[in-house]
Amino acid sequence: MSSTTASAAVPHTEPKAPAAGAAKKPVSPRRAKRRRQLAQWGFIAPAVIFMALFFGYPLVRNIVMSFQDYSPSTFFTGEAPFNGTDNWSNVFDDGLFGKALWQTILFTVGSLVGQFCIGLALAVFFSRRFPLNGVLRSLILLPWLVPMVVSGIVWRRIFDQDTGVLNSFLGTIGIGGDTPWLTSTSMALVSVILVNIWIGIPFNMVILYGGLQEVPKELHEAASLDGASAWRTFRSVTLPMLKPVITVVLVLGFMSTVKILDLVLALTDGGPADSTQTLGTLTYQNSFVQMDFGAGAVVGNILILISAVFAVFYLRVNRNEGK
Amino acid sequence: MTEISPDGTDRRPSRRTRRIVVPLTVVSAILTGAVLSGCGQQRDDDVYTVMNSSTDESYHRWDGDTLARCSKQLGITIEQQSVPAAQVMTKALRMASSKSLPDVLQLDASEMPTFAEAGGLIPLKDLGLTTTDIPEGIVDFGSFDGKYYGAARTVNTLALFYNKDTLDKAGLKVPTTWAEMQSTAKKLTQGKRYGLALSAGGAEDGVFQFTPFMWSNGGDESKLDTPEVAGALDYWKALLKDGSLSKSTVNWTQADVNDQFMAGNAAMMINGPWQVETLNAKKGLNWGIAEIPVPEAGDDSVGPLGGGVLTVPNTGDSEREKTAAKIIGCMAGEQEQITYALNSWMVPANTKAAAVWRTKAPELAALAGQVSTARSRTAKVGAQWSSVSLALQSAFQSALTGESSEAALKRAQQQVTSGN
Repeated sequence: MSSTTASAAVPHTEPKAPAAGAAKKPVSPRRAKRRRQLAQWGFIAPAVIFMALFFGYPLVRNIVMSFQDYSPSTFFTGEAPFNGTDNWSNVFDDGLFGKALWQTILFTVGSLVGQFCIGLALAVFFSRRFPLNGVLRSLILLPWLVPMVVSGIVWRRIFDQDTGVLNSFLGTIGIGGDTPWLTSTSMALVSVILVNIWIGIPFNMVILYGGLQEVPKELHEAASLDGASAWRTFRSVTLPMLKPVITVVLVLGFMSTVKILDLVLALTDGGPADSTQTLGTLTYQNSFVQMDFGAGAVVGNILILISAVFAVFYLRVNRNEGK
Repeated sequence: MTEISPDGTDRRPSRRTRRIVVPLTVVSAILTGAVLSGCGQQRDDDVYTVMNSSTDESYHRWDGDTLARCSKQLGITIEQQSVPAAQVMTKALRMASSKSLPDVLQLDASEMPTFAEAGGLIPLKDLGLTTTDIPEGIVDFGSFDGKYYGAARTVNTLALFYNKDTLDKAGLKVPTTWAEMQSTAKKLTQGKRYGLALSAGGAEDGVFQFTPFMWSNGGDESKLDTPEVAGALDYWKALLKDGSLSKSTVNWTQADVNDQFMAGNAAMMINGPWQVETLNAKKGLNWGIAEIPVPEAGDDSVGPLGGGVLTVPNTGDSEREKTAAKIIGCMAGEQEQITYALNSWMVPANTKAAAVWRTKAPELAALAGQVSTARSRTAKVGAQWSSVSLALQSAFQSALTGESSEAALKRAQQQVTSGN
């Protein structure tokens, strides 16, 4: 729709503007400027109002809520008395918070490293021409299309220790076959990370593949004329050229990974024995199982803070590149 | 040429832009209207609403039929609103803050105390409903702080389901004590088949399944670090150690347990009557049902009461609240209870209705026995239940994956106490 309005507007204004200015009485430059500014604000206003309503308000509300005693009765009375830093100290005193924070870090770092390395390898692999390239590439996109909860439920079956496909496959080829994927406290988090890597590969691959297409072919030719090996070319030519794309992939990947909730709920419900509890599941548990919305808001705010730090980092990196 | 969309309306493929622009305009107009009017939903004077979690087609239809009969009987229009079970509570809270609560709200009994404690419910006796012919356990089930807020139509509980053919082939009897269940389960564990399946997952399912073991052993949810609770947990650990329970037990929901049983991967299972419809759909599966075995012969088998209760939310409109109570009176009437119980394989709450039901569903008699001794999860700890439940699930999962029962339960009790 935007393309049609733009193309309609161009012939409409361009020839008319100078003609109208010449024929009718001249508009003072100041008024023209003011009118232009007004028009500019008119275009920005919807976005600003939208941001304030749907991002600003909930954010402020969430911060305020973390200092309030916000319970089910609040919905009836409308009263949520301020209780200072009680919610914060309750959350920090609970041993589960430290555990969930640590597990969130492991989960995020593990997922990002796995997704990125495999995604990059596949992207490089698919930048060559070979038969069935397109078909295979679209098949790899499948995990991206499947809703998180569905993947979670399917993988829970695959990982089942006794009746799961994975263990029976491993048993058939003679390596293990009795791995407690989701049922041991030391293994469950690894399994959840593996599933998330599987889900994240397509995103990494698609974006990095796009980035690779932008790298000029001449540079590779020049490098090979200089006698550089394939690895050397990749390290000294491809990677530096990919840097902006890599930043985008990692930062976006980070933000979607750190707040993980649905996948964990579908796979393990945070168990066994809280070994897959993350900040995301903790805020869900506080708010919607215990109905302690204040405590839920505290964990939510911490998650927002972590994301914000990375968003600022991302913006800085981008600005430096612009210079 | 017209296309019929899934909702049955005509769609003309011509005039493409108008098709996009017009709905967009309408949507934004509606949104603006909703924002301006403060999202407050206006109550229709002639229409009463019942909100429940009957999102399954069959349950939605049964409730729809019930409400149609009650509409006729009371001379009013009653509408049904169904939302997924996990969202009933949060949706109702949001409706409370926008003053648009339904007239009748069906809550899961374990969630009712939270809503009642918040001042969201009207005691049913104030509105003229009585508890005659309702067993004490089921009155407690719908009560909070000594007040009766929720009328149950039917209740469910857990029982021992067993594969008749497997037991017959092995020449074994249905176990009645823990020792018998342990030895029977061990004997039935062969190859890929486990003797017993139950859910010890990290959610309410697992806690629900643990309660009959905890309670029959004399344990109590208001104090978790007692030898009785530890004994129940040690019994689960022993079954796991014997190999009679799959190690995946800690990752299974009650639905998973049912799948394992139906696939022949388990000879016996702990589960509830809501699985009966699925079990009956599988041809060649010859299943039976018994009370959950007890620690020593002669002990009471104390199971958990489950199911929903009908409540009247506090809307501030006393005339409508009185009518709402009449709707509940009709929905939870004897005849409706029997109809609903026979449909959903649950046990009527009313003693007289239960007696009639017993003659009509004799194969589920064990359930009726189990219901008569069953306990409500929230009778003792009320709105604290969610904290207790979270601490307990973490504890039994720790114990089943290696920790000692005593240590795990001690930590759980500390967690509950500090959470106050």
